[in-house]
Amino acid sequence: MTAERFPAQLVDLQESQHYWAFHSLLFLCQSDDSHTFGLKGTNVNVLTCDFQDKQYVGFATLPNQVHRKSVKKGFDFTLMVAGESGLGKSTLVNSLFLTDLYKDRKLLNAEERINQTVEITKHTVDIEEKGVKLKLTIVDTPGFGDAVNNNECWRPITDYIDQQFEQYFRDESGLNRKNILDNRVHCCLYFIPPFGHGLRPVDVEFMKALHEKVNIIPLISKADCLTPNEVKKLKDRVRDEIERFGIKVYQFPECDSDEEEEFKQMDKELKECTPFAVIGSNTVVEARGQRVRGRLYPWGIVEVENQSHCDFVKLRNMLIRSHMHDLKDVTCDVHYENYRAHCIQEMTSKLAQDNRTDSPLPILPLPTPDVETERLIKMKDEELKRMQEMLEKMQQQMHEKDQ
Amino acid sequence: MSEIVPPEVRPKPAVPAKPSHVAPPSSGSALLGYIGIDTIIEQMRKKTMKTGFDFNIMVVGQSGLGKSTLVNTLFKSQVSRRSTSWSRDEKIPKTVEIKSASHVIEEGGVKMKLTVVDTPGFGDQINNENCWEPISKYINEQYEKFLKEEVNIARKKRIPDTRVHCCLYFISPTGHSLRQLDIEFMKHLSRVVNIIPVIAKSDTLTLDEKTEFKQRVRKELEACGIECYPQKEFDEDMEDKSDNDKIREAMPFAVVGSDKEYQVNGKRVLGRKTAWGVVEVENPNHCEFSLLRDFMIRSHLQDLKEVTHNIHYETYRAKRLNDNGGLHPISSGQDTQEIPMPIKHTQVISKPTKF
Repeated sequence: MTAERFPAQLVDLQESQHYWAFHSLLFLCQSDDSHTFGLKGTNVNVLTCDFQDKQYVGFATLPNQVHRKSVKKGFDFTLMVAGESGLGKSTLVNSLFLTDLYKDRKLLNAEERINQTVEITKHTVDIEEKGVKLKLTIVDTPGFGDAVNNNECWRPITDYIDQQFEQYFRDESGLNRKNILDNRVHCCLYFIPPFGHGLRPVDVEFMKALHEKVNIIPLISKADCLTPNEVKKLKDRVRDEIERFGIKVYQFPECDSDEEEEFKQMDKELKECTPFAVIGSNTVVEARGQRVRGRLYPWGIVEVENQSHCDFVKLRNMLIRSHMHDLKDVTCDVHYENYRAHCIQEMTSKLAQDNRTDSPLPILPLPTPDVETERLIKMKDEELKRMQEMLEKMQQQMHEKDQ
Repeated sequence: MSEIVPPEVRPKPAVPAKPSHVAPPSSGSALLGYIGIDTIIEQMRKKTMKTGFDFNIMVVGQSGLGKSTLVNTLFKSQVSRRSTSWSRDEKIPKTVEIKSASHVIEEGGVKMKLTVVDTPGFGDQINNENCWEPISKYINEQYEKFLKEEVNIARKKRIPDTRVHCCLYFISPTGHSLRQLDIEFMKHLSRVVNIIPVIAKSDTLTLDEKTEFKQRVRKELEACGIECYPQKEFDEDMEDKSDNDKIREAMPFAVVGSDKEYQVNGKRVLGRKTAWGVVEVENPNHCEFSLLRDFMIRSHLQDLKEVTHNIHYETYRAKRLNDNGGLHPISSGQDTQEIPMPIKHTQVISKPTKF
């Protein structure tokens, strides 16, 4: 196999944080078996092909390369769960990711919860499946909506999301951009209790406070206490109210017109099913001869993964198998950009007020280094100085020797 | 004279209730023949059937917990306010409202005027501070009304009793523990009215979860010093105590309500049909609705009224009298204008006695 340089346009494959969307990985090149590629540095400049395929350049395999690189690097995903306590949030998270993240959790009783405010807790878990690594972070919000007076109980949550945006903004504008940690919240699952007749005031207020900061996916929790009729009525009601109050929940992207019919049909069904009515379970029961995740009642067994029982499978497919990347994209492209634009606007207006000059690059002022870092910097400075002096001395000596 | 209070009907084998003073041979006069004192029970029964009696029940809880459905199921008829005028899609009101609906239901020749007091808006706002105040106010207003009637010079033969005899408090089946709001409400109102806590929509809990949840709730109520009905301090004798202890162990009842019937094993039962089975409301293995019904209606209905009358109402009355420095507010049946008059006796009204 000879390496030949083709006059075709060379592509600079720069390492970007926006890796290829999963669905475009489907668009693979046809005959990649006979081609091998080397990634020299960052330039794709080595292509080999058979004599007959002179017309074929071969960059169609880029997705494949990106795929391989990304698989090595691993993915990360931050999911936030919000809702009153006792709606099955932890159970659902455990069911979705087949883990037990909340093993050591201690439930507070009502007295202990008197003075509890809304907290933000993070659990990180590394999951690996077929060689693909996922660093999953679950952000939980215990205490939300539990107090007697829940005025602005979403404030800590919006503050947290803004903080993550700010941190990312700083890192992006900083000097070392190689290993930026992306802690931005990609998706927020909001749990609506099935006991009401639709959205409650606290649900509406929460979603309105967050719909421009994060992708909200509303869910009807503990759906096993509703009959099929009630589920339908509640879903219709919630959909109406979401529209009426102008809440922008996460919208599934439209299918491309060239997708398969089956895919389009699935997509349509998915959209009509929102908000998903879900059930979670930490226990495995025996149903119809199989061991499944479910809940055992005296009157029957609810299977979590049975599509006729609840929408758990649809949620899981949507969240993990088809739209995980889109959620990240929307977070980066829409929510983060909104925040960034807003931030920059504020800063420029502030600067204009202060200095009356046009600063070329509005960057956030670097955070003042703390004492420890300062000390280190000083030490390194001194070391550098010493080494420089030594070097000079050596140079002089050599010079004298030569002479 | 206050309304005749019907005798307690206990679910015991067919033995007429013993008169409270069984004359043992050693003390006092031995009966030398049959007099017929025990027929008084029959006479009272006849009278009651003619006059009928009142029962006022209040339901409190967040919207959507199945309060109206449960009341309908309890009394096997459409008695909640929803059935009278409102549709199910009413918006959540901005403040707690008190709405009551009355119906007369009859069974076995006995007429009961049942009033269901609903409290829409309770616990539904973002800020629920003091949302129990309208409820507390309402209950005290009913006591005040009764007091005014009692204090009247020309009293009615049968004072209309609008006092709340029983308050069903609906706990949301989170499976964790009581909410802050639940504790606050019960703390403020358990000394004013009989509260019976129930776990609403309990078909969302498995058996294990149910037992754990109930235990936790009981512990929390004890820790906060909240006494629900039947209160320990009002147990009259050992028999009462053992009966009530059994009930206290089983409280709060985990209930499911339904007004639809389905066919199960050839029988028509009230229940909820889901994709994985039918929840039977009256099946004690599925939920504790029948326990609640038996407890509330078949054995303790009269006791609820008595405790309300003899204890809660008396507490209110004593407080009112003390506030007025021992002088009764004698009203002529119309409102306000309390004229303190020089009184010879400390008590002008005789205490309403029960038979």
